[in-house]
Amino acid sequence: MNMIPNAAKAFTPAEYKSAVKPVWCPGCGDHSVLISFQRALAQLALPPEQVAIVSGIGCSSRIPAYTNCYGFHGVHGRSLALASGLKVARPDLTVLVASGDGDGFSIGGNHFLHACRRNIDLTYVVMDNRIYGMTKGQPSPTTEPDWDTAISPGGTGLSPFNPLVIALASGANFIARGFSGDIAGCAKLIVEAVQTPGFSFVQILSPCVTFREDQQKGWKNVVHTAIVPETDDPARAARRLMTDDGFNTGVLYRGNRAPYQPLPLARFDPSHLETEFAK
Amino acid sequence: MTAVTQSNEPPKLDNIAEFFAQALAIEVEATERYNLLADQMEVHNNREIAAIFRKMAVIEGEHRNEIARRAGDALVAGRPASFSWIGPDGPEAIDCDDVHYLMTPHRALMLARFNEERAVRYFEAIAAAATDPQIAAFAAEMAAEERDHVVWVDQWLEQIAPDEPGWDEDPDPPVHSE
Repeated sequence: MNMIPNAAKAFTPAEYKSAVKPVWCPGCGDHSVLISFQRALAQLALPPEQVAIVSGIGCSSRIPAYTNCYGFHGVHGRSLALASGLKVARPDLTVLVASGDGDGFSIGGNHFLHACRRNIDLTYVVMDNRIYGMTKGQPSPTTEPDWDTAISPGGTGLSPFNPLVIALASGANFIARGFSGDIAGCAKLIVEAVQTPGFSFVQILSPCVTFREDQQKGWKNVVHTAIVPETDDPARAARRLMTDDGFNTGVLYRGNRAPYQPLPLARFDPSHLETEFAK
Repeated sequence: MTAVTQSNEPPKLDNIAEFFAQALAIEVEATERYNLLADQMEVHNNREIAAIFRKMAVIEGEHRNEIARRAGDALVAGRPASFSWIGPDGPEAIDCDDVHYLMTPHRALMLARFNEERAVRYFEAIAAAATDPQIAAFAAEMAAEERDHVVWVDQWLEQIAPDEPGWDEDPDPPVHSE
């Protein structure tokens, strides 16, 4: 958590918006997630120059360009590696990471495990549409096993990756799920994720209206607020996940593990270099 | 259009300042949302719908400015965190997931009409529940203004042909790629 209170200035969500117009398909859930990001940052009253948004590759990973915070549109699956380095080097920045289910759980799956384990103070928001949208509709790690398409006849037959289970088992300190259609709810989750020290993971169900419109347009009618309150007990959270239907929203787990702190670096005085060159 | 209604009760507003903050937030959000949707349509080269949304943004912006002017010093800084009574979003803001890249003027205006009607109901309910006569009066006035918007959208709709069946069928649809 790195919130520097700025009592002198209140920010509106519009002040986090860049001049770049999103190219996402109209109706895509990622538009709503972008608004949630902007609202969350406004609620946190974080000056844009004190925030960095890091991403990988995919539709959702375009988010940094659409805000006027610092941004890094990185390489596929490596958003958490980049963000970890950034946070360790610049602990004063609030670092948010944006990803999708393909980027974050497939090629980036290994980084996900270890980011949870390291518990660096990051907020990781994964927009999950259960598909690789940008590359035109291939099944992703969270795709249902029986999703039958021309490129996956009869479905993949593979058990879907459950990111909340993995996050809990790997040591993430804050775990939540939201739905893109609930803009205010997602903004609240992002605020809480940033305010919770350590690695925070927020899965946001974000429908793909181009390749999965028939299956995902109805998500807004099936998502529901979890009736069980959040817990700081990993065992209780694990039991909740055993009966999770994948559409429970809200905070699942909020732990109190201390975030990773790098060892203090020896101070380097650049004037030493000048002395060396002068020799 | 959202099916979510999180509570059956209108928001409890303690004073006129809270009412103005709520009303202003609704109009700010509607203005921003229409501009966002206009941007989306421009990016996807649906210029006709972009123009409709842009015009709606101008109208909502004028309404926003008028509320700010009338509120004057009574306006509370900041904005309500949510409109959880009527839905997860503001009552006058089109849900982002209701738009389509092939949408027609008729469909765009029907969405606008739905949200103007929702705003009417919102302010009517506040007026009915208010114990402060000042809030009741302003809320009734807001409801009347939103009703004027519904009439205005209806007049616009009368000039537009209804949708043909299959308006959303793309002759060159997105295809899954191996």
